[in-house]
Amino acid sequence: MKIHVKYFGQVAEAVGKTEEVLDLEKGTNLQDFKTRQVRAYRIPDPHSVQIAVNQDLMEEKDLEEGDEIAFLPPFAGG
Amino acid sequence: MNRYERQIQLEEIGKSGQEKLRNASVLIVGVGGLGCPAAQYLAGAGVGRIGLMDHDRVSLSNLHRQVLFNEDDIGRSKAVVASEKLARLNPEIQLEAIEEALSVENSEAYFQSYDLILDGTDNFETKYLINDACLLTRKPWVYASIFKNEAQLSVFNYQSGPSYRCLFPKTTRQNISCEATGVLGVTAGLLGVLQATEVLKIILDIGEVLNGKLKLLNILTGQQQFLNIRKRPEEIERILKSGIEPVQLECKLADETRTYLDIREEFEQPKLNSDKVIHIPLSRLDERIWEIPRDEEILVFCQSGKRSRKVVDLLNSEYGFENLQNVEGGIQTIISNETEADDASKPERIR
Repeated sequence: MKIHVKYFGQVAEAVGKTEEVLDLEKGTNLQDFKTRQVRAYRIPDPHSVQIAVNQDLMEEKDLEEGDEIAFLPPFAGG
Repeated sequence: MNRYERQIQLEEIGKSGQEKLRNASVLIVGVGGLGCPAAQYLAGAGVGRIGLMDHDRVSLSNLHRQVLFNEDDIGRSKAVVASEKLARLNPEIQLEAIEEALSVENSEAYFQSYDLILDGTDNFETKYLINDACLLTRKPWVYASIFKNEAQLSVFNYQSGPSYRCLFPKTTRQNISCEATGVLGVTAGLLGVLQATEVLKIILDIGEVLNGKLKLLNILTGQQQFLNIRKRPEEIERILKSGIEPVQLECKLADETRTYLDIREEFEQPKLNSDKVIHIPLSRLDERIWEIPRDEEILVFCQSGKRSRKVVDLLNSEYGFENLQNVEGGIQTIISNETEADDASKPERIR
């Protein structure tokens, strides 16, 4: 199944892009997917990075075809 | 001719809206890139009482984005200069300059006397502090944060909505400020004006307040999107029950065998506590030069590597040091950067 992933802030810098489309095994768990991306791209401070699926910030979900996932790190600048 | 005529003309505002603004009070914590433009528009709009809280002084590198200040303000208190200028913009409102840093000790007392809080800060420690003090005093707060060309905006603790801890229950050790990464003046200006807009909507009870929603903006691509924030009642109840939970961003040296000189000021984050680090803030360097050893190699650092480079040059040329080396890239380049996923199990909050 295809999912659409968006990266923000320092996560986008670690990943080297702001979005991508990935082909995942059906029913992949959200946290497993996060861990996979964290390892693949060496995303810094993963425990602080929040995840949204289809614009809702959440922790648990079995991913589905067409889901849009956002990786959101905290920012502090001002 | 009335000062507020052009906004009173709007149906949503009218005379009664102007009266609401006159009776409202806002505390701006951090009178910098976000706080300055927000303060200017709120003062212009006639918000009756505005608190301007900042312990910092105006510096040359502030002026590209903190356009409320001028070159001859350099070295003066931001809170005082801002209150003087805003008083010239609108002498009908009450302005309070607070030349203090927000702290666990003073936050609740200050928040108590204002209707809402505008976050103009640039570090996680203070954002969590604002959050907790707002929960305890039951005040809403308008949040904004910037990372380079991206920004986040939201309103927390408004009408039983989510708090900042609901969005980010766990903090990060990587406290990266605009001073360290760089920022366009317009990004901070835009966000400050958007924060002021949220303040006006709350006071006037008009439009749709960014409650429970996080707005994400990228000023270069023009893209914006909203994420829905889930309320985490346990994050709110814990603070209401046990009070402010100070977040200290501490980090460790990647290499504990070298000796370092930290020339950052007391308030700069993250703190680096180690026997191998000598702390002498730049503002007190003159009187404490004798504390710097001359018999071993010392790595001098600041937030970005710029101030420390000047310090190394100065100490070499004026005081004959030969053992100093600048840390290019600043503190982020010398702290240990644990990036593995299993790091998530470690407690990052020091209570």
